[in-house]
Order: sequence, then C-alpha cells, then structure tokens
Amino acid sequence: MRLKPKHISLLVLFVLIVMAPLFFPSGFYYRVGALIFINAIAVTGLVILIGYAGQISLGHAGFVGIGAYSCALAPVHLGISPVFAIALGAALSAGLAWIVGRPILKLHGYYLGVATLGLGILISMVLANEAQWTGGPDGIAVPDLGLRGLLRDWGFRVSAGELWYWLAGAVLIAGAWLALNLFDSPTGRALRALHGSDVAARTMGIDVPRHKLHAFVISAVYASVSGSLLALMNRLVTPDVAGFMHSVHLVTMTVLGGVGSVLGAIFGATILTALPQVLTVFHQYEHMVLGLVMILVMIFMPDGLLPSLLKRFRGRAGK
Amino acid sequence: MSDLLQFLFSGLTVGAVYALLALGFTIIFNASDVVNFAQGEFVMLGGMGTVFGIAAGLPVPLAALAAIMGTAFLGVALNKLAIEPARGAPVVSVIIITIGAAIFIQGAASVLFDKQIHRYPGFSGERALHFGGATLLPQSLWVMSGAAMIFVALWVFFTRSLTGKAMLATSNNRLAAALVGINTRYIMTLSFGLSAAIGAFAGVLVTPITMTAYNVGIGLALSGFAAAMLGGLGNPVGALVGGLLLGILEALTAGYISSQYKDAVAFILIILLLFFMPQGLFGSKHAERV
Amino acid sequence: MKTKTILAATLAMFGLAAMDANAQIRIGASLAETGPAGALGDPEAKTLRLMVEQINQDGGILGEQIQLVLYDDGGDPNNARTFATRLVEHDGVVAIIGGTTTGTSMAILAVAEEEEIPFISVAGGIEIIDPVRPFTFKTPHTDHMACQKIFEDMQERGISRVGMISGTDGFGASMRNQCLGVAGDFGIEIVADERYAPGDADMVPQLTNIRNTAGLEAVLNPGFGSGPAIVTRNYRQLGIELPFYQSHGVAGQSYIDLSGAENAEGVRVPGTALLVADRLADDDPQRDVVIAYRDAYVGRFNEPVSTFGGYAHDAMAILVDAIIRNGDPNPDPRDLRDAIEATSGLVGTTGTYTFSDSDHLGLDLSAFRLLEIRDGIWVEVEQP
Repeated sequence: MRLKPKHISLLVLFVLIVMAPLFFPSGFYYRVGALIFINAIAVTGLVILIGYAGQISLGHAGFVGIGAYSCALAPVHLGISPVFAIALGAALSAGLAWIVGRPILKLHGYYLGVATLGLGILISMVLANEAQWTGGPDGIAVPDLGLRGLLRDWGFRVSAGELWYWLAGAVLIAGAWLALNLFDSPTGRALRALHGSDVAARTMGIDVPRHKLHAFVISAVYASVSGSLLALMNRLVTPDVAGFMHSVHLVTMTVLGGVGSVLGAIFGATILTALPQVLTVFHQYEHMVLGLVMILVMIFMPDGLLPSLLKRFRGRAGK
Repeated sequence: MSDLLQFLFSGLTVGAVYALLALGFTIIFNASDVVNFAQGEFVMLGGMGTVFGIAAGLPVPLAALAAIMGTAFLGVALNKLAIEPARGAPVVSVIIITIGAAIFIQGAASVLFDKQIHRYPGFSGERALHFGGATLLPQSLWVMSGAAMIFVALWVFFTRSLTGKAMLATSNNRLAAALVGINTRYIMTLSFGLSAAIGAFAGVLVTPITMTAYNVGIGLALSGFAAAMLGGLGNPVGALVGGLLLGILEALTAGYISSQYKDAVAFILIILLLFFMPQGLFGSKHAERV
Repeated sequence: MKTKTILAATLAMFGLAAMDANAQIRIGASLAETGPAGALGDPEAKTLRLMVEQINQDGGILGEQIQLVLYDDGGDPNNARTFATRLVEHDGVVAIIGGTTTGTSMAILAVAEEEEIPFISVAGGIEIIDPVRPFTFKTPHTDHMACQKIFEDMQERGISRVGMISGTDGFGASMRNQCLGVAGDFGIEIVADERYAPGDADMVPQLTNIRNTAGLEAVLNPGFGSGPAIVTRNYRQLGIELPFYQSHGVAGQSYIDLSGAENAEGVRVPGTALLVADRLADDDPQRDVVIAYRDAYVGRFNEPVSTFGGYAHDAMAILVDAIIRNGDPNPDPRDLRDAIEATSGLVGTTGTYTFSDSDHLGLDLSAFRLLEIRDGIWVEVEQP
C-alpha cells in the first residue's frame, strides 16, 4: 500500500509530537512544545487563507483574542463550561469573519492588508479599553479547564506543561487533518484555483467570493481555537494576544516555514516560537537577529524554510 | 469656536507628520510596489540621530543634516540588501521583509543609541503663540511649513526635472519606462533614499514635540500606512490629504467624541472607505493584471 | 532521518542556552527590558546586573557567588510565563524577581505559586499581593496607595473637583481605576476623565476639554514614559494654572528634562527618597542606602536613577537579606519564602520593609514622600 502525501504529513507530525518528549531535558520543554502547537493551530488556519486561497490577513490575532477572551468571560458571565466557551469563541469569530469577510475580501493585496489590520487593531483596542468587562491592559484571569483535577481523580498526576503539551498536540493533529482533507476537497481545489488568479477561477465557473469567504471564516475559527487554548493554558489573558505584532508573528510563521504546506507552516511556527528562547543567549542583539532571520529567509528561501531544505536535501540525495 | 481652532492646530501638526510618513510610503510604492513598514524607523532615526549628534557636540543644523544623510544612506542600503534581492516575491513576503527590517533597525538602535526617551528644544523657542483664543507652539509651525516645503519641492521635482519625470513614468508603468530607457533600478534606489530622507526630516522636525525613543517606529509606520491608504496608495496628493485628514480626525474625535477611541476612528473610516471606494480617496483605477 | 536531524538541531540550539553549572546561588529574573514598558524594565534589569556584580566582587553571600539568570519578556505576559517556567524548571533558580508590569507579574506569580518558588514582583498593581499568596511578594507601593497619597494632599489643599487624564497602557489604566475607586474617601470628585494612547504625540484636545470643565480645581495624570511629559508641555501651552499632579510613574530626572524645568515647575508627585537623595536629612534612615545606590548606578551607567530601578534594588536587597538569614547557600525555596516573610525593618530605596503573613508589600503610606518640582529638581513638600 502506498501512503498519500497527506497521510505521510500527518504521520510525521504524529511521530514528532509523540517522540519529542523523549529528548526533553526538563519540564520547561513541554511548555515550549505546547506554545508551538497552539501557534501552529492558528498558523494551520492561515495556510488555508494565505497558502490555499492566496489572501492576506494582518489582523488574525483579533480572532485569537476573541477565542481567548471567550474562555475568560463566558464561564463567568454566562455560566457555561470552558469547553463550551471554546465553541462559543469559535462561533463568534466565524460570525464576525463572515460579516466583515464579504466586503473586505473584495479587496486585494495591500488594501486587504490594511482592512484586516484595521479589524485586528479595533478588536485589540476594545479588549484593552473596555476594562469593566475585559480587565483592561493588565488582563483578566481565565477559569480552570478542570482537566488536571479530573485526571488526578482518576489517579494520573500530570504537570500543567505535560497536560497542555498533549492536549494542544492532539488538537493540532486534528486541525492539520482537517486542513489536509480540505486541500483535496472540491473547495480546496477551488481555493487553489483562485490563488492563481481571481479572473481565471471565475472563468472556470468558481464562485470566487463564496470560496474566499469560506477560507476566511475557517481560518478565523482556527485562530480562535488557538486563542482559547492559549488562554486556558496560561489561566490569564491580556490584550497583547490580539495585537498587531501577534498578527505579524502568525503570518511570519506561516510564510517562513512554507506557506503552501501544513507541515511547512507548522515548522515555521516551531522555529519562530522556539527562536526567542534560543536568542536569549544574544541578550541585547535578540531583535536584530530576529529581524535578520525574517529578511534572509524571505530572500534566500522564498518558498519557505521546509520546502527549500527538502529541495536541497533531495538534490544532494540525488547526486 | 476657539476650541475647534485649538483642535485643528493639534490635528494639523500631527497630520503634517502623518502626511510626510504617507509620502514616504507613496514614493517607495510607486517605484517598487513595496509597502515599506520600516518607514517609521526612518522617522525614529532622524530624531535619535539628531539627539546623539547634538550630544556629541554638533550644532543642531549639522546634527540634523547628518541624521538625514545617514538615514538616506540606510534607505538605499535597505533597498540594495533586502528589497532588490527579493524582486518578484509575493506581497506577504515583502511585508515580512520590511517588518523584519523594522525590527532589525529598532534592535540596532537600542544597542547603538540607548533605550531612553529623548528630545531637544524647539528650533524657535518654546513659548506658545496665541491665535484667536487658541495656542500653538512655534515648533508646530516648523513641522507644518517643513511638510509644505517638502510637498512643493517634490511637486517641482516630479514635474520639472528629468529624473522626477522618470520616477513618475516608472510608477505608471515600469515595463514601459524600462523600454524607453529609464534605469528603473536606479529609480528604485533613488526612491528609497528619498523616502528615508523625508522620514528622517519629519523626525528631526517633530522630536521637540513628540519626543523619540528607539521603539517609536512601528506605531508611526501604522499611522502613516493608514494615512497613505486613506488618501489612496501611490498618489502624493492623496498622501497629503490622507495625512492631514487623519491628524484632524484624531484630534476632533479626541476633542468631541472619545479620547479613548480616537485611534479607532481612523481605522473604522479606512474600512468603511475601502468598502465604498476600494482605491482610497485619490487612488487611480488600476486594471487587474491577469 | 530528517526528523531526527531537525530534532537534534533544535535541541542543540536549546543546549546553547543552558547555563554553566559553576555558580552556586541562582536567582532568576524576567523583566520588560524592551517593549512598551521598556522605560521601566531597562533600569530594573541594569540594577539587578549591577547589584549582582557588586555582591560577587565583594565575595558573594555565604561564601558563594550569585548567578543572575535574566530574561527579557518584552512586557508580554505569555512570554513572562514561559520564562518563569524556564527559570524554575530548566535553570533551577531559588527565587524570581521581576514582572515589570502588573500583567507579567500575574503571569509569573501563577508559576511561582504552583512550583512553590519565592517571587518578588516589581510592579504596582494591588492584585499582586491582595489577596496575599504564600510565595508572592512585591516592593513598589500599589497604585491604590499612590492615589491615596495624592488625594490626601489635595484634601489638605482644599481641592475637591479634579480632572484626570490617563494613559491607556496597563499602568495608566490600572491607576485610573484605583483613583476613581478611592476618590470618594477623600471627598474628591473626578469631574473630567480623559485618556490618551501610549504613543500619542499631542494631548491638547483632551486637556482643552478638561480646562473647559466647570469648577475644576486640579488635574491628575497617571502614566509613564513620554505621555506625562507631553501632557505637561501641553498643560503649560494651554496656560492652565491649576495645581498639577503626576503619578509615581514619572519619578525620575528624565521627566523634568523632557518636560522642561519651567513647564514642570510646581508639579507634585508621590515619590520615594531616591529622588531627593541629596536633600535627605542627615538622620534619615534611608539616606545611606539611597545615596549608595544612586552613586553606583549613575557611576556605572551614566544616566539618572529612576524609582523603577529602585524597586528592583529593593527586591534584590530583600532576597539577599533573606538568603543570608536563612543561612543555607543552597536554600530550599520554602525555607527561603519563610525567611522573606520574616523580613523586618529592611531599609530600601522605596521605604522600610516589614513583611508578615498578612502583608506581602510591607510598606505603608508613610514611605511615600510627597515631592514637588522646584527649579528643575525634586524637593520634598513639608507636611504638617
């Protein structure tokens, strides 16, 4: 039996997530791992928007913020459990993306960039300013998911880092599986067609606005789930999660790793999440190195890190 | 009434800076289709360069000149080292490159200069002037007249000089410009140098009012980008109108509606405007390339 | 094969960051050296490095050298939590100092409480130590106390109608909230409430509205960074003559320099002894501590001291004192916590600290000194 590429991708992801802890020298690595997976979930959504559909967003952290604050506020004000708060956040994000997506996605390139940027900034501004609801710039506490307590009752003692490593890892695999299936679906083919050119896609009879909107809504849901998990893991959320720089980070992760493939983008999320931890050795040169990495990868590996590395690796193996 | 005048003075001062920022975006965009998110760093470098020039004992005009020249050189280097090699990259890659450049410049400035907030005295003293019940700092006049001077000089440059006309031609159609013998690479380099110099010039003028520090660039870039989009990317007149409009709107919102949401109004306006006029106020109607 | 290589490469990179194992007493710190709160975190980080250098030059404590593991969290609570986890689980520190902002402090204290590692915060928010948590302490006054100190003085001067203009950053928003809550206790009414964003260039419209408020008697500006200096300039530009109060967020020489001495003249601030080091009475208990720190800091970094650096100084002083009293060069974090809680009469730059099981701030309102700017320097206001 021959495995399809998408199954290979999932298998690689699965093996990496399961095997990596064998090499962890301390519990801190679980925390970084969980952060990587949580970012990777949002980035997987952006692969659908940027990689498949060829649209750009500089405001997706806004949806991360909606997901995060849903988990902080809904259990307190609506009395629902945090698990349902994740679903509520996803529904809110999807709804907002659907409403604003229709007019926004008519725009192209930088105009789409500034519109999504504005959307993200507006969301983060509301989160920072409506302090009576959101706790303001210093943030707000998030209720406990209760999973650790549950596991303890069953006789399993896990650290918070371990729990979130496995939980976020499982959600990431599910998210990647959905994204890879979407790629092969009729919707996925339609999206890839309009990545090339709106006009060409339209002449092929593809309902361009509808498919763009689908990609936008789906990616918003991914971002929202990522925010929910982040909030529940940290038990604290501040408006920073919805900020412009977080949007930039997410887009950079997506493009840096290789925007066309889910695995590549997850690789990008890994690099960019782990990088600040590595760069602490450079102390004050940290930002210079980060900026330089962003520039150099884009210039010398325009397809992204993973595809370029694979190409080089195959090239060498072929000789 | 005097309140309105007071708000307008504030709005025009801030708006003039936004206009210069938007102009920087416009010039680079016209030559290269690149939106340069490092534009705010040029303003920061103009201010910080002057601060440290003065601290090193240079007279103010010389320190300012050195800062502007140094920043212009950096703009050229940015083009040669980071933008030209990525020619033909998709929009999202170019955004990442210029934001990467902004982060790099900011990091370098924190090492080269320091992390403190700085300012130097206004060029014509600090005593407020009174007009019709409203007050205005002399430095605000410097900022407004400086911006006006730049716009007039550029207008002359674009309409009278051969190089300026070549830049205009390149912005209209790069391929056609290249075919008639215009060195479009040179035009691109020139536009980066010019944009950086204009940004630094804005920084020199405005630092006595706003103060400066190594990390002010990104915020300025976002405001300038918003102003440029409001006016319609790629049009110098649009940059002027967009910048002034944004500054005045912010001041009026802070004065009459809500100081908390004054920054929001700019983005709400941009989103609404893009819904109804997708090319901005003064944008040209480009046919989509197929 | 490929995956293994990548994994190995990643791990190797982390390995680079691992610490050398020679140093004996490891103290962790996570501060906002850069980012929006960089103006606060930078002097804090410098202070910690300076103090550890000094202590080690003098032979360390309990015969051991101190190693400082300091990370820059950029003021982002998510980063702060990651670095706190790293300090505890990877670097094996005995205690953590840090959390430049209230948000980052809240993130770090969650880790500290869970892992039972003492944490001394250098941020202002009252929620850090109220309710009291076993392992969390803090050195700065709360913004709640700053409001009280200011309103106390206003009440004395017969002021009851106050206009407020605050930054929308964490510092400004939190203090605005506290001041709104506590104003009534002093018979003070906030009659105007304006805001500005951290990067704003001009606050004239907001101040125009405040000026136009009927019956206004004074103005208060909670904020830090460039905001308060711009507000002060705009205040004078508009010719407002009413008493003007700033928060402890401006407490440093740079505020006077940026505002211009003539503009800042008469501004009142709840501050610390650090700013009036040269003018302290000879018998002032804080005199020696404050002058020693100021001279060392200015001598090393060639820039004026700020109260924020002072908060870090006090946190390190409390920690070192507790380690010495505990007497174990390889302290158990729980014992160290007990030793910190037993801190009594420790003189810092901010005030004299005495902790108890119900008070993890250990300062009262008397440690705040009401300062006024006269002729470009801070002067303590004589209080009856």
